[in-house]
Amino acid sequence: MIEIKNIVKTYKTGDIEFNALNGVSFTINDGEFVAIMGPSGSGKSTLMHILGALDSPTGGTYFLDGKDVSTLSDDQLADIRKDKIGFVFQSFNLLPRTTVLRNVMLPLIYEGVASEEREKRAKEALASAGLDESHFTHLSNQLSGGQIQRVAIARALVNNPTLILADEPTGNLDTKTGEIVLETFRKLNKELGRTVVLITHEQDVAEHADRVLFIRDGLLIEDKKKIHKHI
Amino acid sequence: MKIYDVLRETYSALSGNKVRTGLTMLGIIIGIGSVIAMTAIGQGAQNSISSSIQSIGANLVMVMPGAQRSFGGPSGGRGGAQTLTVGDADAIEASVSNVAGVVREVTSRKQVVATGTNTNTSIIGTEASYSTIRNVAIDEGSFITSQNVLSGSKVAVLGPTTRDDLFGVGATGVVGQKIRISGSEYNIIGITIAKGGSGFSNSDDAIYVPYTTAQRYLSGNKYLSEIDVSAQSSDVSAQVQTDITSLLMQRHNITDPTKTDFNTMNQADIIATASSVTSTFTALLAAIAGISLLVGGIGIMNMMLTTVTERTREIGLRKAIGAKRRDINFQFLTEAVVLTFTGGFLGIILGWLIAFGISYLGIVQASVSLSSILLAFGVSALIGIVFGYYPARHASSLNPIDALRFE
Repeated sequence: MIEIKNIVKTYKTGDIEFNALNGVSFTINDGEFVAIMGPSGSGKSTLMHILGALDSPTGGTYFLDGKDVSTLSDDQLADIRKDKIGFVFQSFNLLPRTTVLRNVMLPLIYEGVASEEREKRAKEALASAGLDESHFTHLSNQLSGGQIQRVAIARALVNNPTLILADEPTGNLDTKTGEIVLETFRKLNKELGRTVVLITHEQDVAEHADRVLFIRDGLLIEDKKKIHKHI
Repeated sequence: MKIYDVLRETYSALSGNKVRTGLTMLGIIIGIGSVIAMTAIGQGAQNSISSSIQSIGANLVMVMPGAQRSFGGPSGGRGGAQTLTVGDADAIEASVSNVAGVVREVTSRKQVVATGTNTNTSIIGTEASYSTIRNVAIDEGSFITSQNVLSGSKVAVLGPTTRDDLFGVGATGVVGQKIRISGSEYNIIGITIAKGGSGFSNSDDAIYVPYTTAQRYLSGNKYLSEIDVSAQSSDVSAQVQTDITSLLMQRHNITDPTKTDFNTMNQADIIATASSVTSTFTALLAAIAGISLLVGGIGIMNMMLTTVTERTREIGLRKAIGAKRRDINFQFLTEAVVLTFTGGFLGIILGWLIAFGISYLGIVQASVSLSSILLAFGVSALIGIVFGYYPARHASSLNPIDALRFE
């Protein structure tokens, strides 16, 4: 469960202070599928960085599974990312010239999982992300955009995270491939009960989620829960 | 992160870009290999020159006749004059200090006849002290004794090459047989041990007889063709040389030092000159090798910097999925160490092979020194590690967000 209260993030450039977030509060329960939406410059990326434990807020509190994340050191944040968060990036960020399987196993290396166990979990994650087994030994640069993003999703899944955080996951994909990727997220949420948070600036991408949080000028301006069209 | 995983990541990163890894290593290999090979060649040349000079004898001052003093007539040529006498040698022995020994020599080339064979070789008329002063050891029988010299007996000691020429290669039972030189019969009393060419003459291809015998039957006069003086140590050989020069000038009634009828040569001078030449040569080779090491080092530096910069996004990703700063540092340090050590190891083998090849071909007996290996290896390892580790340290301290956005 994610609970954030009054999160403020201030950036300082010389003497000029800029508030990217001006006190945002919300709660996301386990198993939700949430989209965070907003135009560029709204502070949604900053919010994503804080939710993903990539950055610490200037003010406010952030509880992830009951643990206060807002005051941790760099190394402690790394542990949070390792154990509780799976990232899917717009630009995929797979290791080049490396097999699909090794890319997916990468987070488990830092967790110190034994190598047979690693391979087993990576194959399960790839299957959940809907990648065909014939691609497992391909190099990451031999795949199509949609396949690459599914490898990235599998990598985000493999450490069994509390939260899957996707930053514009369809931004570099065509509409049709984007739909397939978004369907994958939906499946993970419905069938495996994963908590998914999507960050996007596109309305039709946000439509896929059960709940949409609108951010503008560093403030939460709307929290819209809805019944999904597929149900 | 486990060591095994770090090594696997390293292997995967290095084998992922084989061309770049190969080129970086090539720089290290050539740098280290050339330093080792070139210093080995220089060292080998120095060793072989000084040992060949040393084999002539210890702390030797050689006195040879100069040009015949003639007034207006044709010059007899250097060494051709008959100016040195037994009296000169006696005087040196008696009045020059710090002299360990004096050897009188009468050398000529003659046709030598044994049963059914003959050869032309140098006949060295000399005395007992020759064997110690000129480092000639006896293999079989004995060397010329002072008794032989006093009585002028017709006895001969053969060098191994001459023995091979006259009696067949490795012939035994030669001692006791007879040879004829210029119509006189000589008893063979000994064979010397082969010592190889000394650079000035081949002491293995010679026949030694008492100098008194040589004067009487071979040269037919009372002159000497060379006086070898052994100084007590290399420190005093210069003083011995000066003393001999002034003594002989006085005995030969010469006042102008440029017009002496004899020449002296000091072995210490020859060694000093030769080793100054070879050390200049070694320094030159080392400088060339040093430049290639430097170029190799710059190559390593360049590769490491580009590699790390290029992989900033990878570092960002690794941090985002839970890698700690020390995991990143450790991984890049391991890559740098594996790269430079593998390259360094191959470079040592290459240098060794070049040195071995050169020795094998007989160009020079190259000797690989531990210090050159340590120096070359140390320099490249230092460059590799510093320039592999430093940018990685910088990248690992970046915020993962900034690292991921890095273009």
